[in-house]
Amino acid sequence: MAHGVVSKVAGWGRVPVCDAEEVLDEDLRAAVRGARLTRGLGRSYGDASLPPHPGARVAASRRADRLLAFDASTGVLRAEAGLSLARLSEWLLPRGFAVPVVPGTCYVTLGGMVAADVHGRNHHTAGTIGAYLRSLRLALADGRELEVSAVHEPELFRATQGGMGLTAHILEVELALKRIPSPWIWQETEPLRDLDQLLERLQAASAEWPFTVSVVDALAGGAALGRGVLIKGRWAEPDEAPAQLPRSGFQPRVPFDLPDWALNRSSARLVNALYRARSRLASQAIVAPRAHFQPLDILRDWNRGYGKRGFTQYQAVIPREAGARAVRRLFETLVASAEPPFLCVVKDFGAAGTGLLSFPRPGTTASIDLPLRGERTQALVDALNRCVIDAGGRVYLAKDALTRREHLEAMDGERLRAFDAVRRRYDPERRLSSRLAVRLLGDPA
Amino acid sequence: MKVALFGATRGIGRALARELAARGDALCLLGRDEAELMRSCADLSLRGAAAGSFAHCDLLEPLGFEPALARAEEQLGGLDAVIVSAGLFGTQAELERDAGQLERLLDADFVHTIGFCEVARRRLLARGGGTLCVLSSVAGDRARAPVALYGAAKAGLSHYLEGLDHGYRSQGLRTVCVKPGFVRTGMTAGLPEPPFAADPERVARRIVKAIDRGWPVVYVPPIWRAVMALVRRLPRALLRRLRF
Repeated sequence: MAHGVVSKVAGWGRVPVCDAEEVLDEDLRAAVRGARLTRGLGRSYGDASLPPHPGARVAASRRADRLLAFDASTGVLRAEAGLSLARLSEWLLPRGFAVPVVPGTCYVTLGGMVAADVHGRNHHTAGTIGAYLRSLRLALADGRELEVSAVHEPELFRATQGGMGLTAHILEVELALKRIPSPWIWQETEPLRDLDQLLERLQAASAEWPFTVSVVDALAGGAALGRGVLIKGRWAEPDEAPAQLPRSGFQPRVPFDLPDWALNRSSARLVNALYRARSRLASQAIVAPRAHFQPLDILRDWNRGYGKRGFTQYQAVIPREAGARAVRRLFETLVASAEPPFLCVVKDFGAAGTGLLSFPRPGTTASIDLPLRGERTQALVDALNRCVIDAGGRVYLAKDALTRREHLEAMDGERLRAFDAVRRRYDPERRLSSRLAVRLLGDPA
Repeated sequence: MKVALFGATRGIGRALARELAARGDALCLLGRDEAELMRSCADLSLRGAAAGSFAHCDLLEPLGFEPALARAEEQLGGLDAVIVSAGLFGTQAELERDAGQLERLLDADFVHTIGFCEVARRRLLARGGGTLCVLSSVAGDRARAPVALYGAAKAGLSHYLEGLDHGYRSQGLRTVCVKPGFVRTGMTAGLPEPPFAADPERVARRIVKAIDRGWPVVYVPPIWRAVMALVRRLPRALLRRLRF
């Protein structure tokens, strides 16, 4: 019988911290019995992987990591939901396949990727991970096991994509993989002068490159607002790529919590300057997929760099129809704040996914790391959210820690009601819940 | 290598089976839960196992040991190694409270594990030898209050395995007694994590090395060899007071 122990759990932002009875078991079906939520590798930044109240039971899926089926002719794979992207990619690359959509860290589980309906650097052409899902095996709140897909229980299938684990426990995931010409990435970088050039180049590059993203120096204001680096990539052709497989290499850990002042305006300036200098040095290169897609993974536990007070990542999308002016307003609000934002990532989104609460929609998305500094950070997030609401955009729940319920309502009211209807149908007693659901969806604590 | 693994759907056994699969060994899994066995077989086949099959075997049903190993040998078309990682765990408090659970644990981890090993020994010797790798524990190296009962079962098991090694190595039976420290698996989930805690993947690589080289005893992670050498030498009066 699976038993748990009360321990402290937190998201990647390290704050808030919450007591939870975590049940870790190789057998996920046993672990989810009686659990209020399933938690993967805890890479959502805020409170999405935290129980609705302290001490509540949470299933940990990370040991449920078996491959169940793979058809090399169609590229369809089925695996248990706790399998991490890191492990799956290690297995796939030598076989000539890749996960079609990967987020900015490979330390996520398949279940977590579905629950957040993750996007990646190829969103403008490839959409979210939901677009590649064939089928999900779920454990419902009442204990029933159900296979859902676009044909069987399509409503639940759609609500589970991006549903933040609130619709059902995800047991198994079946998805279509992408065949790749080589296990390497051809990457090119170019410097960006300002915001106008950034938006223009990002859009132009998206027409030619499957992977695009830009890293913006969020400290630069005035004429240099939006200064940064554009990174473009594609899978390398066999004749360009090295014969051997990329190796994972040494990944140092941040061994202890850095003091709260370690990340300040000067150190942020330094990092940004180094980043720009490096991008000029190597404008074309063949790199390992992880160096391209998940550059921050090279430093394990990098979240400790923000110290004990933790941090949040603010990510929002400004719809295309709101125009460049709305993006500019968001950046001006950020630069004017007293916070020293570290690197800021900007990317254009393509078409919206099928997930009921899926985050991306056509437009421009920005993600900004912010150290948590109490009311000041709350005020900044409120101000940023007002820009987003005015522009008709929305925030990414997998990153969010500070958005107010009324702000989310203003961004996403209609979708939230549709999501709520599905939850009421499959889990009328709200057995599945999370601290995020208490904060933003009105779940009882 | 043709390997029968008892208890490979979970924990260290799962990681060990994956290591063997990755190098193309033929595996037959023995266990209780057919659905779980099938899922593990699929996983191992995809990871490169030359063959993946399974047979029903329950550590609390000793009459099934002989047919299970016979079936494994038949499925594999031979038998080079038997790995036993099945077992039960309970905290000292649980076992002191619940006599039924204690009996099950002693039966599973001592009485029936030895019974199973005896069947495996006869089968391997009949084939001219092979490797019998069994997971014991550092808890069997020195009695300690927090694992007195579990440790007693493992101490007995380690003792038996040493005897097997003395008695049958010359006839080709290589016994490998694995003594893991704290390994992060479903079995230890919820226990406070001591120093030198390790992931099963790392532990598994070392165990495969021990199997290949025929080491009679292997501590995983290796630091535990030194730790237990020290703990074994601690005076009784001190150990009684330390209560660790």
